[in-house]
Amino acid sequence: MAPALLAPVLLGALIGLDVVSFPQIMISRPIVAATLAGAVAGDIAAGLLAGAVLELMAMETLPVGASRYPEWGTAAVVAGTLAAVRAEPRSGALVVAVFAGIATAWAGGWSMYALRRLNGIWAERMQPALEAGSWRAVVGLQLRGLTADLVRAALLTLVALVIWRPVDAWLLSRWSLDLVVSHSILVAIAAAAAASAIWRLGHGATGARWYLLGGLAAGVVFAVLQ
Amino acid sequence: MTGPQSSPPPLAWRLRAAMFTRLFAIQGSWNYESMLGNGIGFAAEPALRALPGGRGGTAYRVALARESDYFNAHPYLASVAVGALVRAELDGQPPAHIERFRNAMCGPLGSLGDRLVWAGWLPLTALIALLAYGMGAGPLTVMLLFLVLYNIGHVGLRAWGIHNGWHGGLRVAAVLGHPVLRQAPLYIGRAVLFLLGAVLPLVIRRVLASAGDAPIVAGHGSSGGITAAIAALVGAVVLSGIFVRLHGRVEGWRAAIVALAALILYSMAR
Repeated sequence: MAPALLAPVLLGALIGLDVVSFPQIMISRPIVAATLAGAVAGDIAAGLLAGAVLELMAMETLPVGASRYPEWGTAAVVAGTLAAVRAEPRSGALVVAVFAGIATAWAGGWSMYALRRLNGIWAERMQPALEAGSWRAVVGLQLRGLTADLVRAALLTLVALVIWRPVDAWLLSRWSLDLVVSHSILVAIAAAAAASAIWRLGHGATGARWYLLGGLAAGVVFAVLQ
Repeated sequence: MTGPQSSPPPLAWRLRAAMFTRLFAIQGSWNYESMLGNGIGFAAEPALRALPGGRGGTAYRVALARESDYFNAHPYLASVAVGALVRAELDGQPPAHIERFRNAMCGPLGSLGDRLVWAGWLPLTALIALLAYGMGAGPLTVMLLFLVLYNIGHVGLRAWGIHNGWHGGLRVAAVLGHPVLRQAPLYIGRAVLFLLGAVLPLVIRRVLASAGDAPIVAGHGSSGGITAAIAALVGAVVLSGIFVRLHGRVEGWRAAIVALAALILYSMAR
């Protein structure tokens, strides 16, 4: 493995593990994971920028139990790494990094589904020992699942970066939109995803519309006056 | 259902610490068949060694097999179940009572945790971090603010859960009716809506500032930057309305990936 890939892959493995298996302290949230990836790749500010945009997108999905949802942890590592490898702001770089992140999140969701099926197969095979109350079976099954998740996240990060680094360079070499226009469209889409997700969660509350509008007014005033 | 729960039997600090540590890996072998079941057994296992005969004894093996069976709950609030189930096993409660308790707790611990954490505390702390980002905070401040705030709630909830589970035993369900737990999602939900409103213009401004054209900064923003920021904010409001109407048919992130793909294709083709 190329040395440049080693650090993000290790980071992706640890962050992918945090999503569900251990310890769920939310280093896997995009605003943290992409920032860390940016730091590892040499531009922490670019990582934070990608993380903030992905964090808005990730508001859409809640990690609820048995549902299948995008895996934003390794996705954010991929997006943060791609955003940070550019030495200076370049038109389209953030858009492509975030797009790669969402695509990785989608693939990550499928990889978690496959892992859960695998855990089920292992549990079924160990059922006689589990029913006999074997602590080795209980602990072994848990450690096997944790290890498999670590490997899953590492492989996902590796494959995503191997695919997306050349694709990223190719897309950016043909990018024609202005930097401000690109960022405006991107952040509008991300903000819309967050707003619709949060609105669906909270619109039933009494006065929900007024809380939202009050916050919006406060945000606009602060943005103008700051 | 069960006899009165007296004060809990003594449990070595080392065993409590081991249980608490293992709670963080409770979803390590999550699967669609037994779901969180093996994780419950894994977290409870250190305390079950205190049963007569110790590790490998009949009581231990029967209890561990029972606790590793199907269970589903929110991973943080599963700590309530672990504490209560360990207490019940060490108290020698009848197996039928323990089974009934396990079946009864799955729903409440899942729905309460989803509302309190996934739909409440997580968006709240993420929005606070985004607000700090929008107001100009640096990377370390944003990351640490989120991680510290979130984990005060996260670790605190796990610790509260195992403590109350252990002390309440099979009667712990009453604790879940605590006004704080019932009312918190409501208040957090309102705060989340307010924060969302405040975050959107500030994050849009900062993202556009990263493009080298800081908009809406008094005395500094170019007219082009201001126009872009207003357009982005209006576009976000209009798009969010469309995403809300599409709910149930298309998730926002799926719509977003299609929109971004279209943007990339347009930029390459023109």
